Amino acid sequence: MLFSDLVVIGGGPAGMSAALAAAGHGIKVTLLERMESLGGQLVKQTHRFFGSESEYAGTRGIRIADILREKVESNRLIDCRRGSTALGIYEDGVVTFEEGTQYKKVNMDRLVVATGASEKMLVFEGNDLPGVYGAGAVQTLMNLYGVLPGRKVLMVGAGNIGLIVTYQLLQAGVRVAAIVDAADHIGGYLVHASKVRRCGVPVLLGTTIRAALGTTEVEGAVIQKLDSHFHPIPGTEQRLDVDTVCLSVGLSPLTELLRLAGCKMRYIPALGGFVPVHNSYMQTSRSDIFVAGDASCVEEASSAMMEGAIAGLSAAISLHVPSAGILEQRERRIRELAALRAGDVGAKIRNGLAVMAD
Amino acid sequence: MRIQQHPILNFEPAEEIPFYFEGKKLTGKLGDTIASALHANNIRMLRHEHRPRGLFCAIGNCASCLMEVDGRPNVRVCVEKLRPGMVVKIQKGNGTLGKEEK
Ligand SMILES: Cc1cc2nc3c(=O)[nH]c(=O)nc-3n(C[C@H](O)[C@H](O)[C@H](O)COP(=O)(O)OP(=O)(O)OC[C@H]3O[C@@H](n4cnc5c(N)ncnc54)[C@H](O)[C@@H]3O)c2cc1C
Repeated sequence: MLFSDLVVIGGGPAGMSAALAAAGHGIKVTLLERMESLGGQLVKQTHRFFGSESEYAGTRGIRIADILREKVESNRLIDCRRGSTALGIYEDGVVTFEEGTQYKKVNMDRLVVATGASEKMLVFEGNDLPGVYGAGAVQTLMNLYGVLPGRKVLMVGAGNIGLIVTYQLLQAGVRVAAIVDAADHIGGYLVHASKVRRCGVPVLLGTTIRAALGTTEVEGAVIQKLDSHFHPIPGTEQRLDVDTVCLSVGLSPLTELLRLAGCKMRYIPALGGFVPVHNSYMQTSRSDIFVAGDASCVEEASSAMMEGAIAGLSAAISLHVPSAGILEQRERRIRELAALRAGDVGAKIRNGLAVMAD
Repeated sequence: MRIQQHPILNFEPAEEIPFYFEGKKLTGKLGDTIASALHANNIRMLRHEHRPRGLFCAIGNCASCLMEVDGRPNVRVCVEKLRPGMVVKIQKGNGTLGKEEK
């Protein structure tokens, strides 16, 4: 059995920030990351980030991952365990995890869960065929392993992820037949949309995918127009000659561990689905468990890093460490996070959090 | 298929790793997962359970890419690193335990 003041589950931007914030005040941290390397979603983001200046806006995601990773790996208070998947959280403060082929336990006083999110599925005929991927998978294949998912792609979803991954496909030399989105407007930032349009990729709004065609893998796709009530308009079916369908229809928080630990959950669509109820200190209904990043509400890497810092500081504060300036530091991070969400783009999150608070 | 040229990323030539897929000898590269090596060889059908299945999330979240590797069923090939000489098979149904090669 290992012992640690604080266990952090997940080594993405949120988890790394939590570990660094707590270690900065002398707390001994055990960081569990199931992958062989730290970084979470950032390790495949080749584009320059939007978001907050203080959280590296304008820097490519992969570079942000490097910066955080170097800080975490050189911090002597952080026991960084890669290839370690957290499996369970028990009432007595034991967290179990799988490391290689071994089953291990760590006893903690405080826990930060920063497990990120998983991609949403969409219901259509043939959605289980090989060649239908989540956008994150396409990014992983291309940007991490240098392998192409196919030759010609239909992208479903015109949010930021759909637009960015489309651009990354073009950069890798893959053709994109079209981007379809059921909504009547583009969800992502217009800078990203203009970029792909300039490359000649049509963005078809009020349009959805009806079927992926093929017997052993995708050999085509059928798209169809929708009316203002999202009903398919008969006779508008169109067959596209593609070998790959890429879905970027949103993420849902990975919260199984929190549920298992008995944290109160609530269904709030604006935050990505079932989310752990938490306060502005990122504390859940279990006073020893904190959350951060996409696991707490699906947002972006800038907010994930700020939430991570708040969660790490809150865990340290609740352990009663006498550390100068820690309360002020947390207040500053909370103010920064509020400022990040102040604009139009943050309205959805603000509304979701308001629902959670009452 | 592998990316030939990329404006931002640089894929250095890496050591080749031989492995077997359905009895056929293929090569992947050092750093590949089993799934990325198969995709580089244009193989996308990884499992068959009533219907063909392939890679979906690539980060070990979903259970779409389970294959039989060295006799061990239910290996998530999207996160399992490729090693020389691995014997990789399309998994039919749920797979059976107890066939592991020692
Ligand atoms: C295509 C795309 C483009 C994006 N572009 C931007 C952008 O331009 N700007 C921006 O701010 N954001 C962007 N984002 C969003 C950003 O990447 C995420 O919001 C951010 O990575 C969330 O951080 P996180 O730490 O909460 O989760 P993640 O980065 O998902 O990290 C979670 C980590 O937890 C690990 N984990 C999960 N379960 C376990 C377990 N049981 N045990 C151990 N480890 C576990 C995972 O392996 C992972 O490493 C983009 C996302 C995508 C997909």
